[in-house]
Amino acid sequence: MLSDELVLPLAKPVMGVSGKTGTWRLQRPIFDSSKCIKCRLCWLYCPDSTIDINEESTNFITINYDYCKGCGICSNVCPTKAITMSPEE
Amino acid sequence: MVLKTLTGNYAVATAAKLARVKVVSAYPITPQTTMVEKLSEMIESGELEAEMIRVESEHSALAAVYGAASGGVRAFTATSSHGLLYMHEMLWWVAGSRIPVVMAVVTRTIGPPWNIWTDHSDVMDQRDTGWLIAFAENNQEALDETVKLFRITEDERVFLPGIITLDAFILSHTTEPVDIPDQNLVDAFLPPRKQPYVFKAGDPLIMGNIPRDLKWNMMMREDIHKAMERAKKVIEEADSLWEKLIGRKYGGLTECYRCEDAKHFMVGVGAWVGDMREAVDYLRDKFSLRVGLIKIRYFRPFPKEDVIKWLNNASSVVVFDRSVSPSVGGPLYVEILASLASAGVRIPVKGVIAGLAGVDVTHEDLASVMLTSVSEVEELGTFKQNTLWFYGGE
Repeated sequence: MLSDELVLPLAKPVMGVSGKTGTWRLQRPIFDSSKCIKCRLCWLYCPDSTIDINEESTNFITINYDYCKGCGICSNVCPTKAITMSPEE
Repeated sequence: MVLKTLTGNYAVATAAKLARVKVVSAYPITPQTTMVEKLSEMIESGELEAEMIRVESEHSALAAVYGAASGGVRAFTATSSHGLLYMHEMLWWVAGSRIPVVMAVVTRTIGPPWNIWTDHSDVMDQRDTGWLIAFAENNQEALDETVKLFRITEDERVFLPGIITLDAFILSHTTEPVDIPDQNLVDAFLPPRKQPYVFKAGDPLIMGNIPRDLKWNMMMREDIHKAMERAKKVIEEADSLWEKLIGRKYGGLTECYRCEDAKHFMVGVGAWVGDMREAVDYLRDKFSLRVGLIKIRYFRPFPKEDVIKWLNNASSVVVFDRSVSPSVGGPLYVEILASLASAGVRIPVKGVIAGLAGVDVTHEDLASVMLTSVSEVEELGTFKQNTLWFYGGE
């Protein structure tokens, strides 16, 4: 509810409103920048928007492990296998 | 004053143009088709600066209009019959998110069997969605009320979508002289669009997530109920302002025709109210019967207070419905019964179901029902039966 007068079905998106969902992760995506061709497919496909692009950096992407649930989609769509999945300890 | 001969469909298209709608989306269905064809021509010729979004279904038509309206512009659609039923889910989305939108429903019966003629089954099926529902008696009222609905739905006391209802063919395809109000006067009547929120790129907002506390969900339904109640005053204000600027007044939510000394009342909605007027004149002039007519202009919000006011001292009332809720009766009949009961008014009420599936009903037919009904009440003090399925004369 944003308004005092009207009861509206509205909400503002807030980061991490359900807590640090990265703790659910069983497999951790590991990024190898030497294989990255900057195609951005991982950024596009990540269902939780946990991948940020660093335009100017040699490290082209950053994975936010606070919220990455380890689904592996990024690794699966990566055409050069620059992201690999590794079991969490 | 510019008097033109217009069909009901062209009158409503003209009203949408006068309201300066920015987006129109529709899927063609008889008898609505010529309305959106006319709007499409207006857009093509540059007479109306708007986008026409072509879609594959009525569900998508209202979804497109809803999206445009959520983005902050006046948007319009129109449909009929099965198209309206196909759209039904989206009606709940629009009302539930409190986004003002105006839609025309050209009433047409529901199949099977397949049939294109008028009755009110399609629009009555929408009565619990949270949309305002206005009925036009003639093409002038269809134009005027369409423009007014933009003002009413965009009022912050309301913020609900609205339907203008016009009967298939009787209005939609029948040509009548219609006064087209001056654009400057319509601009003065319609303030810039207001709505509770606008979706903007770069300012993320979520509409419709399941609330953490389900009571909020219930409160949203209550808020729609209250807004619908508040709309009564807003409709009356719009009617008065329209009279001041344009010179035509309809009486807010209801009109009572020849009611001064009336004892027995007819009640109806839609185009056949015109036939009811003729029936009242005929019964008064030929038979000196003290008959009056209550024209219900808005079915939602339902004008309970007006109904009680007009019928408080009545001897009897006959309610004419052009749709039916099986095992219950006509929707209007049920509302009249409930309104009277809520005020403790105990008078004989008869529900007449007629004109379903486009069966023709003349003013003589309506008068004959009233003659029988009035004599029953005067002889017995009540009606012989409370529900009558009337198939008309010869």
